[in-house]
Amino acid sequence: MKHYEKLIFEVSKPGRKAFHLPTIDVDDLSLDEMLPEDLIRKEDAELPEVSEMDIVRHYTNISQKNYSIDKGFYPLGSCTMKYNPKANEDAASNPGFKNLHPYQPENTIQGALELMYELSDMLAEISGMDKVTLQPAAGAQGELTGLMLIKAYHENRGDHQRTKIIVPDSAHGTNPATAAVVGMEIIEIPSDHQGNVDMDALRGAVGEDTAGLMLTNPSTLGLFEKNIGDIAEVVHDAGGLLYYDGANMNAIMGQCRPGDMGFDVMHYNLHKTFSTPHGGGGPGAGPVGVKDILVPFLPVPMIAKEADTYLFDYDKPLTIGKVKSFYGNFNILVRAFTYIKAMGREGIKEAGETAVLNANYLMHQMMDLYQIPEEMLCKHEFVAAGLKEAAEGVTTLDVAKRIIDYGYHPPTIYFPLIVHEALMVEPTETESKETLDDFGKVMKQIAHEAKDEPELLKNAPHQTPVRRIDEVRAARDLILKYKDSLKE
Amino acid sequence: MHRYIPNSEKDRVDMLKAIGKEKIDELFTDIPEQFRLGRDLDLEATKTELELDRLMKSLAAKNKNIDDLTCFLGAGAYDHFIPTVVNHLAGRSEFYTAYTPYQPEISQGTLQNIFEYQSLICELTGMDVSNASVYDGAHAAAEAAVMTCAAKKRDKLLVSSTVHPEIRQVLKTYFRFRGIELIEVPMKDGETDYDALAEMTDKTVAGALIQSPNFFGVVENIKKVSETMKESKALTIVSVDPISLAVLEPPGKLGADIVIGEGQALGNDVALGGPYFGFMAVTDKLVRKVPGRICGQSLDEDGKRAFVLTLQAREQHIRRFKATSNICTNQGLMILKAAIYMNTVGKEGLKDVAIQSMQKARYLRNLLMEKGLAEPVFDKPYFKEFAMKFTKPVAEINEALLESGFLGGFDLNSRYPMPNTMLIAVTEKRTKAEMDAFVKALEVIK
Repeated sequence: MKHYEKLIFEVSKPGRKAFHLPTIDVDDLSLDEMLPEDLIRKEDAELPEVSEMDIVRHYTNISQKNYSIDKGFYPLGSCTMKYNPKANEDAASNPGFKNLHPYQPENTIQGALELMYELSDMLAEISGMDKVTLQPAAGAQGELTGLMLIKAYHENRGDHQRTKIIVPDSAHGTNPATAAVVGMEIIEIPSDHQGNVDMDALRGAVGEDTAGLMLTNPSTLGLFEKNIGDIAEVVHDAGGLLYYDGANMNAIMGQCRPGDMGFDVMHYNLHKTFSTPHGGGGPGAGPVGVKDILVPFLPVPMIAKEADTYLFDYDKPLTIGKVKSFYGNFNILVRAFTYIKAMGREGIKEAGETAVLNANYLMHQMMDLYQIPEEMLCKHEFVAAGLKEAAEGVTTLDVAKRIIDYGYHPPTIYFPLIVHEALMVEPTETESKETLDDFGKVMKQIAHEAKDEPELLKNAPHQTPVRRIDEVRAARDLILKYKDSLKE
Repeated sequence: MHRYIPNSEKDRVDMLKAIGKEKIDELFTDIPEQFRLGRDLDLEATKTELELDRLMKSLAAKNKNIDDLTCFLGAGAYDHFIPTVVNHLAGRSEFYTAYTPYQPEISQGTLQNIFEYQSLICELTGMDVSNASVYDGAHAAAEAAVMTCAAKKRDKLLVSSTVHPEIRQVLKTYFRFRGIELIEVPMKDGETDYDALAEMTDKTVAGALIQSPNFFGVVENIKKVSETMKESKALTIVSVDPISLAVLEPPGKLGADIVIGEGQALGNDVALGGPYFGFMAVTDKLVRKVPGRICGQSLDEDGKRAFVLTLQAREQHIRRFKATSNICTNQGLMILKAAIYMNTVGKEGLKDVAIQSMQKARYLRNLLMEKGLAEPVFDKPYFKEFAMKFTKPVAEINEALLESGFLGGFDLNSRYPMPNTMLIAVTEKRTKAEMDAFVKALEVIK
């Protein structure tokens, strides 16, 4: 089939229309009767002029240049690319949810408030936290909110010198960035050879200036932090609080809970653990759960229940304020709620168990040819330090690009930063044994090719809509909009 | 096993065996015993699809939505018509079940959309460069403010009181933790007090944030503000209603340095406040300061046009400790809807939407005056929203309107000392008949 290569601006033709409004049924005032001349736009915005058929073909064609979960296996580590159930989408497209105005009176949105109230409770139960705010729009904004809460807590106690956040070197890139954004200082501590927090380094790092520690558990290496009890004690004894990065929650659902391990505050990634779609890069939702000590500082409004009525509660004198307009990414919350209800207590636990089983099973298939420590027990994901053997110059990037040729999405690469040539694989629970077996075979095949036919890897991918892209050129000769490209 | 988990019990046994284990529990021996939950989670049992469908429909039915009610409520979220192709196409799972374009060779659909979206936003705003969105309009303001302070190495920002109250609330939260001083500029007759703004501006001020049309629907004098800012080498941030830019002179032509806004009106559902998206466009000068993702055009190995995320050195995962923003992926699907919307209504259609909204707003405003029901509060050029003073508290009026099936306007007294004042929004969706009925209902309430 011939490839579709057009931009919508190149489809456009003067006079084409895909949209008409009914004839105006009030006075047909002209613009200059409604606005002073100096406020009126002089040159039209050059939006395309296309037919409805043009639009449908355009987006259908470009959509087919994407890889997606519905198409195939997407083992992108730390992103939890599980199946996005269609029932979630149906619920979210119900007019009773999607057509609610954010300023409608509370008595007209009781179902929505009930959903939010109950979702907060379910998330609190799953994580062992006391209270959950649904306001943050994404994991990164959840982190930001969490650190604001920690800062507000210390400041409220007059503890103004607590400005340092301890972060292990295996942390997600957003962790240090978030701390910087709320004006906190970062202390990075090393991990030991198994990816655990180096306890001596931690003891040396804490003090009267410690605001808290941010930790992902299981870590970004996919390993459970066994010393979590001691870590919590060290940080708490020093007067700091513990922040849990919920990116890897999928592994432990129904087994253990961050709240029970000593964490004081955490964010959830509803688009990872709770199956809401990743949307080609959002929208997500990043609710934040806290222990009682942080409840007074939560953003407003919270959802409250009085007798049988749900309402917005703005009465929080110590609140950090609002982090987002309105109440959060509501229609993402609807999807997560639908998912948790569908799974129920048995399903949630099965999801965690199966995610871990799938990861360990796939890790065993890759152990011979990829650098993975023997005798390792991983959680929902594992990290390989590249190939054991390869021709000179073959990198993890080449392996990833070759995986594309075999019809799969590559794992996360070059993260965590502490692992050389890292390949981070997270299969999730929604993949079958057959898929894992096939992927395992492909990985073996690629490992052989890396030794014997390295050009196959270096030149990959071969069959994609475009091949490797010149990123240096993109950053040097900036073309950031259609009109820039016409100047060439 | 649950229906979302493909493996059977037998698969599970086989897989455990393959890795030398007998029981699932052996996979969790690394969790210290003291932290094992040791009980079932206190959640309801698994629901079948039929049970789930019933539950979700019953919850949705407990809400009244803007299909049930005739909506005159706006204040930052607008009931514009969404052409059917928007949701059909954005509902393609090739788009919504993909993740962020880490592997550009298999993400060209998403990337091309970001590129086209950036082009459309630049057209509308008259700016040089657009990013690929932030969380929402309020967040766009916060990011723009932080960026302005970083670019100018100053830590004071002027914000007009005519900027949406929710935006100012979010700014307050972000600024508190960053040590940026937010200085509110008073309003005069429904718009920014430009003289006060000029007086408050000096070389310690990084910039000013205004909104146009502002929270009261009034079109502000962007040029005056940008000229004032330029005298102090400060930046001008303008928050806009994207629909209005079909007919209003774009801020890019009026001296704005950063143009932001709430994107919901472009083809996105009101959805109780989210997910929406914030757009952000800047002058060429500021391109390396912009937070968030930016897509650029390049060539692949065969010399073919291809799209890729670019200028990544700006971003949090590279800057880590030195970051001024921690945003990563955010509202991809929302900007897809926005782009489909803009392309569908097209050059003429967006003007029609803007003009009809304005014509209808004027019809309703006049009718309310003619019938002696309410008086306009400001005599200023406005877009699709306007403030009207009634003789009763708005909360009371709205309660009665609701009984007649109308969602009345925003109660301005909840945010400003403006008793009995309603902010009424009219979009192209409202008909003459609906507006006549609305006025009739108000006559009864009076």
